[in-house]
Amino acid sequence: MSGEARPILELRNVVKRYSVGRGLFARKRALMAVGGVSLAVQRRQVLGLVGESGCGKSTLAKMVLGLEVPTEGEVLIDGRPIASLGRLERARLVQPVFQDPYSSLNPRKTVASIVGLPLSVHGEGSAAERQGRVEEMLRLVGLAPRHAAAYPSQLSGGQRQRVAIARALILKPQLLICDEPTSALDVSVQAQILNLLMDLQSRLGLTCLFISHNLAVVQMLATRVAVMYLGRVVEEGPTAEVMVHAQHPYSRGLLASVLTPDPSLGLPETGLGSVFPDPLDPPPGCAFHPRCPLAFDRCGVEAPLLLAHRGNARAACHAAERQAMAAA
Amino acid sequence: MSDATLPKPTAPALQKKRGRILGNPGLVVAALVLGLITLMAVFAPLIAPHDPYVQVLDDRLIPPAFVDAEMSDPRYLLGTDNLGRDYLSRLIYGARISLLIGLLTVLVSGVIGTTLGVAAGYFGGRVDTVVSFLITTRLSLPVVMVALAVVAVAGGSLRVVVLVLGLLLWDRFAVVMRSATMQLRNLEYVAAARSVGCSTPRILLGEILPNLVSALVVVASYEMAQAILLEAALSFLGLGVQPPLPSWGLMVAEAKEVMLFDPWVILLPGLAICILVLAINMLGDGIRDATAPEGRS
Repeated sequence: MSGEARPILELRNVVKRYSVGRGLFARKRALMAVGGVSLAVQRRQVLGLVGESGCGKSTLAKMVLGLEVPTEGEVLIDGRPIASLGRLERARLVQPVFQDPYSSLNPRKTVASIVGLPLSVHGEGSAAERQGRVEEMLRLVGLAPRHAAAYPSQLSGGQRQRVAIARALILKPQLLICDEPTSALDVSVQAQILNLLMDLQSRLGLTCLFISHNLAVVQMLATRVAVMYLGRVVEEGPTAEVMVHAQHPYSRGLLASVLTPDPSLGLPETGLGSVFPDPLDPPPGCAFHPRCPLAFDRCGVEAPLLLAHRGNARAACHAAERQAMAAA
Repeated sequence: MSDATLPKPTAPALQKKRGRILGNPGLVVAALVLGLITLMAVFAPLIAPHDPYVQVLDDRLIPPAFVDAEMSDPRYLLGTDNLGRDYLSRLIYGARISLLIGLLTVLVSGVIGTTLGVAAGYFGGRVDTVVSFLITTRLSLPVVMVALAVVAVAGGSLRVVVLVLGLLLWDRFAVVMRSATMQLRNLEYVAAARSVGCSTPRILLGEILPNLVSALVVVASYEMAQAILLEAALSFLGLGVQPPLPSWGLMVAEAKEVMLFDPWVILLPGLAICILVLAINMLGDGIRDATAPEGRS
């Protein structure tokens, strides 16, 4: 990560705490949704962000979109802190594609007005020019011009997600945030949408933060992968390295958890158990140690740092560090 | 890269929508009845056979033909009241008052309630606390008592009745809009609109309000019916619209002196109120069913 150009997206020790009430008389407690994440996404890269439900992936995405304000730390887009950007300026830099295409499109609006909304908000062009750009965008995402007059309820899930992608891309943003864009779709449609995203990524040179809990999807799209656990990044590196030689035991567990289409194989054995720790009361030291098959005494005391132990990938794991030291 | 299913062209979609409206007999009947009453109200001077204020004391309490064919008079289709005024003309003019009060009250209370409810639901936090307090305060006031007190002090007139009812009947708008907005606020299309750079007013007007319309129509129809009934009640008690204006509630009140011997005098305005209120409620329900986007596939 040295000597490269200014990253499009940079997170500097970003923390998000929520205050959670527990009834009228109990004291409020802090829920650490994101606990100090530092990441960078370079131009034209796709960073895959993986982790199980509740690990803070979506909160991170909301902070990058400016929908949530970090409690601590900074989100920089193209070198500028997101807090300093106006809403229109921010919208030109970052755009989202959300998970559920059934709730991400206003059911009362036609496709044309949904896709054209960013243009009219930013006051771009005349009505005719806007219409032209909307049609062009619809063609780009694989929709027919006649879909422009349709309402979302007349479209299939895949078509809706295409509309959402068209809306996100019409302002030509620097960074696209995809928050699980395929997990609400049928498997066959998932592939179509992924192909479309890959196609657009290479054609338009998109920079993309791709959030998913589906590792196969991330492997297909991402240039780098970051694995999150309980609000922290536990491993980060080039996709091939993380996928093939995962250093963190949690990443290995995630890789082992990929479901196979053969029902006779049953659920895969991850070696992690099934208990996700209470985020209101995270374990001391390494948050992963109660589930970790490699945990030793140091893990329950000291939180590991995200360090490069081997190759270009970084991992936050005492066991990986010990292993690397033994190998050296 | 083309999906198998494509949306149908617009013409069949329109046809389907028409089908949903015509396939709902309640909606059709209600719309016809309400349309008829509205036409009657608008063109009252053209339709009414007599002046509703002219008293012909020789022709008092002439029954309509269907009550007593022998005593009836072909000049007075629905008979006359106990001051000899043509009952049909008074009923026709009465529709004006009921509809006017209903519409104006809903306008006032709808604007107040929707503004408060949407603000509370969208912004939450302190705004919500304040609005919820206002709603609770309003709900603790008995409508009829307050209306009676205010009208008794300020004097009964159409304007006072509209204002009092408008300022009292916004609570249901606020409660319904608040909870509906809270649900909408967390939907991804609102987040998408914010990400796209929409200002808060634009989100409220462009994304939230259009999705509140079907709920709004139902509440508005209910409140309109409620306002018409309350006006009738206030007028019946002598504290609403003042005579000689032909309010249906006032006609019921005037008729109660003679209802033992001439029950039709009280029956006709009562029936008119009943039909109007029923039609408004059925129309509201029907419109909601026909426009809900969930069923628009």
